[in-house]
Amino acid sequence: MVQSRAAKLLLRAATSLTLVFIYLPLGVITLYSFNDSRSLTWPIPGFTLHWWGKALDNPGARDALLTSVKAGLGATGIALVLGTLAALAVHRYQFFGRETISFLVILPIALPGIVTGMALNATISTVFEPIGISFGLLTVVVGHATFCIVVMYNNVLARMRRSSRSIEEASMDLGADPWQTFRHITFPQLRTALLAGGLLAFALSFDEIIVTTFTAGPVKTLPIWIFQNFARPNQIPIINVVAVIVILLSMIPVYIAQRLTQESGILRRR
Amino acid sequence: MQLGLLLAPPLGWLLIAYLGSLAVLFISAFWSVDSFSGDLVRDPTLHNFRTLVETPVYRQITGRTVGIAAAVTLADALLAFPIAFYMAKVASRRMRGLLVIAILMPLWSSYLVKVYAWRIILQEDGLFNWLLSPFGLSGPGFGDVATWLVFTYLWLPYMIIPIYAGLERLPDSLLEASSDLGGRGWLTFRRVIMPIAFPAVVAGSIFTFSLSLGDYITPTLVSNTQFIGNVVYDNIGVAGNLPFAAAFATVPVVVMVAYLLVARRLGAFRAL
Repeated sequence: MVQSRAAKLLLRAATSLTLVFIYLPLGVITLYSFNDSRSLTWPIPGFTLHWWGKALDNPGARDALLTSVKAGLGATGIALVLGTLAALAVHRYQFFGRETISFLVILPIALPGIVTGMALNATISTVFEPIGISFGLLTVVVGHATFCIVVMYNNVLARMRRSSRSIEEASMDLGADPWQTFRHITFPQLRTALLAGGLLAFALSFDEIIVTTFTAGPVKTLPIWIFQNFARPNQIPIINVVAVIVILLSMIPVYIAQRLTQESGILRRR
Repeated sequence: MQLGLLLAPPLGWLLIAYLGSLAVLFISAFWSVDSFSGDLVRDPTLHNFRTLVETPVYRQITGRTVGIAAAVTLADALLAFPIAFYMAKVASRRMRGLLVIAILMPLWSSYLVKVYAWRIILQEDGLFNWLLSPFGLSGPGFGDVATWLVFTYLWLPYMIIPIYAGLERLPDSLLEASSDLGGRGWLTFRRVIMPIAFPAVVAGSIFTFSLSLGDYITPTLVSNTQFIGNVVYDNIGVAGNLPFAAAFATVPVVVMVAYLLVARRLGAFRAL
């Protein structure tokens, strides 16, 4: 290798500092969740488990958590189907506009959230509401699914590009019908990619706030609940606890997804 | 027609639910609101865009938003490079795996909570000022600098991962060849590492730039200044001027679509 010992030391120091930078705020909020005092002054005067008990009993927070989980599961389910279908089409067939598919699926997440939110808001109020679907959990699911498709698409496509088509062909040659081939050959090859993509999509949906603001109407997901409660000073200790719960619930799926697979990009785990 | 069956659901969803509504949004940017009745007037007019260009406040807000997005992208690229290089070229295999997990875990998670944590850290009697006070210094408080800092923090992992993936593909033998041929550190960096890592930096910048352009939550929590997102949000809600909100929202869209087209040409999509 080219690097000198000094260069290695510098790189190691820079890496450590960057990691401290990334995890410092998460550590700080975790400490505050055990804060004895109602004020947010640093240093923290003393520690207590009082607010954890209060937060876990808070009906608003519990409802919001349940809503977030439902929205996440719904969005992940839809994104899983749509993203996989698009990936299968792009992988298997040559067709006009094939190159633009990857552009199209990335658009909802690459454009600023407020734009995606406004666009969906307009669709819901002009198309969905007249047919009886008003703002609520269902519209949140629709919004989240739209930007989660890309995660499934990228994961599944990357997996298919690596696995060999000849096993499927062998299966067909041996007399399996398309459904049997899919069930016994294609699906097992894709299984961990689907699971990893699904976990990522769930994490993505779980803490989204901007698109949610424009699609939720009266429904409160956990991030919306937190945001609305910022304005109420007596709720601060409970928000601190809920914040730590959000950190845990959105990081654990990512951790599992990463362990399931190995290498990675932002939008995929191969 | 198997292809049609595969493509119809995802394309139908994206074209109708998403592109369709984007188009409606874009068209409504040319509408206006009757100042007496507050009703939508659907006659096409350039009024909203003229207001955007001619009003100094909006020019300033656009400049601030794009400027901070650019400053965030630059800061993230500079911060991401050393750790990405360490991960790709110095760390052991085991260490590399741990670092990838350590960077990825906070990437997609707890956005709002992280901004909130920074709000606590940066406030008057928070951790930041407490750390600086022994030196007789004080932190930036809430404002543009705080927004820049929090954006840089939030989107840093989006920059680290593509650069790491790009550098990992760079064979060690190229670095050795460069050094054998007398290339010193800086020359090797500029002539060997940079050309290969550049698409990865562009890929990361899609996120750092775009996410900064449209965000209104972070400025609301750690600043008192206005960004494009804040104006758009206020015009949808309080002011009730949807056409003007749509017109202002097209600014980041036009910037991002142009950016994405250039990024794709530079091969950045393969680095995602």
